Amino acid sequence: MRRLSRMLTAAWLGMLAVLGMTSVGAVAQTPPNVLIVGQIAEPKSLDPHAVTAVNDFRILMNVYDGLVRYKDGTLQVEPALAESWTISEDGKTYTFKLRDGVKFHDGSALTAEAVKFNFDRMLDENHPYHETGPFPLSFFFSTIENVTAKDALTVEFQLSAPYAPFLSNLAYPTGLIVSPEMVKQHGKDFGRNPSGTGAFKFAEWESNAKVVVVRNDDYWDGAPKLEAVVYRPITDANTRVAEMLSGGIDMMVEVPPDNVATFADDATFLMHEQAGPHVWFLILNAKEGPLADKRVRQAVNYAIDKTALVNNVLQGTAEVAAGPTPPAFSWAYNDSLQPYPYDPEKAKSLIKEAGHDGAELTFYVTEGGSGMLDPIPMGAAIQADLAKVGLNVKIETYEWNTFLGKVNPGLEGKADMAEMAWMTNDPDTLPYLALRTDAWPDKGGFNSGYYSNPKVDELLEAARSSTDQAERAKLYKQMQEIVREDAPWAFIANWKQNAATSSRVEGFALQPSFFLILRDVTKN
Amino acid sequence: MSSYIAKRLLYAVPVLFGLTIIVFLIMAMIPGDPATAILGSYATPENVERLNRQLGLDKSLAEQYWIWLGNMLQGDFGRSYSLNRPVLDEVLERFGATLILAGSALLLCSILGLLAGVYSAVRQFGWGDRLITLFVLIGISLPSFWLGLLLILLFAVEWKLLPASGMYAIYGGGDLPDLIAHLTLPAITLSVVATGVIARLTRASMLEILRQDYIRTARAKGLGERRVIARHAFKSALVSVIPVIGIQAGFVLGGAVYIETVFQWPGIGRMLVQAIATRDILLVQGGVLIVAASYVLFNLLADVLQHKLDPRLKT
Repeated sequence: MRRLSRMLTAAWLGMLAVLGMTSVGAVAQTPPNVLIVGQIAEPKSLDPHAVTAVNDFRILMNVYDGLVRYKDGTLQVEPALAESWTISEDGKTYTFKLRDGVKFHDGSALTAEAVKFNFDRMLDENHPYHETGPFPLSFFFSTIENVTAKDALTVEFQLSAPYAPFLSNLAYPTGLIVSPEMVKQHGKDFGRNPSGTGAFKFAEWESNAKVVVVRNDDYWDGAPKLEAVVYRPITDANTRVAEMLSGGIDMMVEVPPDNVATFADDATFLMHEQAGPHVWFLILNAKEGPLADKRVRQAVNYAIDKTALVNNVLQGTAEVAAGPTPPAFSWAYNDSLQPYPYDPEKAKSLIKEAGHDGAELTFYVTEGGSGMLDPIPMGAAIQADLAKVGLNVKIETYEWNTFLGKVNPGLEGKADMAEMAWMTNDPDTLPYLALRTDAWPDKGGFNSGYYSNPKVDELLEAARSSTDQAERAKLYKQMQEIVREDAPWAFIANWKQNAATSSRVEGFALQPSFFLILRDVTKN
Repeated sequence: MSSYIAKRLLYAVPVLFGLTIIVFLIMAMIPGDPATAILGSYATPENVERLNRQLGLDKSLAEQYWIWLGNMLQGDFGRSYSLNRPVLDEVLERFGATLILAGSALLLCSILGLLAGVYSAVRQFGWGDRLITLFVLIGISLPSFWLGLLLILLFAVEWKLLPASGMYAIYGGGDLPDLIAHLTLPAITLSVVATGVIARLTRASMLEILRQDYIRTARAKGLGERRVIARHAFKSALVSVIPVIGIQAGFVLGGAVYIETVFQWPGIGRMLVQAIATRDILLVQGGVLIVAASYVLFNLLADVLQHKLDPRLKT
């Protein structure tokens, strides 16, 4: 018996010894001038042409450059690898002059041929390195007919039709320029051996633990101040918060609404917020059922208490949306647009007028998904608001992929409304893909609610083929007014991206593009 | 014995083979496909079709399975779409991490469970027994992911004694003490329920044995109490506890999914959840296959061990 209790004591002491031995390492803080970022998932690949997730973009934007980039704090393009460019009269030929003396991290030079290689690899199925894909977002550049290296530093893009978002797409991660030499060397494994021209050089990727990038001392735009950045995938939001609180990471993105106050109230942390090109809305089925009547669609917009949703469910991490275009596209956003006010009485009278009092509606809700925020509580709150004005909403909830499989082919015969959210890089993308008559699901678009207005179609086509930003802005603003009035969607919220940093981190600001740019960051 | 083991292993082959077919069918039946998962909002029918073609998913289901089987038999488990690397590399790496976690948890719960069970049986109704029973009940009733978060909050956030998540330190580290530091909290969390179950069972089994005639005989012969308990009672109790530990091994492997998520342990459970969410069928296949094969092996191991311990089963 005594032996038994001795064993128990020994086991206990052993455990204490382990704790004691290890505690020394655990309290040590993260090293100075090395930034540790808590990511929401393991990256899929570090080949910018092969990925689609914002999570991966947060690494890529620091390792690569595009021909152009978004100017700090805006969604307007400025020169990057290209010093300057010209656009032909007809809007179909773009000629870029490349910066001289830029080198990839592997030492090879950035040339017009290298740029051509990048786009040919993505777009030409017969290119010898097309097999290193697939390239899911290559359709961003589907208007490119031809890329020609005019001389060592001049590259010309020939488009099949004028396409205004072209420059903005070049600033997107799919437009980042990779090193052809390293693609040739590593083939399909380039995504694990990346090489670009960016402010940080890839150093190490330990699966499911970390991606390490180190300072590029020869960066053309001035070497960054940080020595290195370590990206850690921490998929569970609670664990991410705990790591932040315990000092295991210096920066976390996508702080859950419940934890924002924890960081905001603590002087050892800083909260950052930035509205982005995101819109959260309900697709309304304009083809059949009660919502085919514009008055009922407007009634839905009046009936939902968006301010309450944003403040209570999302706890201030979003702003009320007024129309289809997020305010982050400041140059194309119509400031005079007001959100539909919360007016249940008006909603009731519109529904009565249309003769749909007590109508039954089927509402597709998702469990989660990219940019969907808190879809289940939001769906429930919307259901309650609509019940107050006499609409009986039946919720059907689906896992994200299943949900997309149901919504993208169109709502006809299945549902009256569906939750949806989009993040885009150009004011053209979302309305062009989801509001035109030619974007109905059977024509390969995302207009799952079958909205159709010839005037909107015309405005969007015109805006796409104009290369004059002021002209485009005018057309988008007109479009927003019509769409707000027609109410093909219920406009709910524009998400504000957030991040928490330790107070040791300085010089950091979130970007409206939702990219994470770490060039100017320091850590003490 | 070796022919018995060989026979059992041979039986496992059709089981695993059938399993791969079931996994393939289930993955094909659930709505959504890898291309939609990759493209997300951009999943137009046109884009989906193009990407499916590039991923080789435009072939018929039977054809896809046939290709996969042929490659697999040559040791090629294919390439994961969602991680863009060979399935085998990922699966082996992840499974290794799970084995470390589940193995330590199993070791922990076996030692603590047996000790606690024996102690409380010997001191039945004493304060030690009551205290252990109370702890065991609490342990069995706690949801383990919640306990995990609580431990992180106390040991990592409040007291800063242990790291909150991961398997190795991000900077420096990478050695055994570093691994143990990261392993401590998840292994304890994962072992709590199984410790309770083993302790309860050991206690019951010991109590029954301690009332047996041969124990009284042993005591009457004048054997020391320690010897009676360790040699005579505990050894017999072990025979009925070992199969339960075998079953607990299954539970610990299953429970590892939650614990791996809470502690960001890079194990196979978390990998499978992500693989299913992204409809990464080849990764699911590889993961399920290795987990199933290990179940078969663990069961076999428990059976062999029981044979060795129980003289009644000896042939």
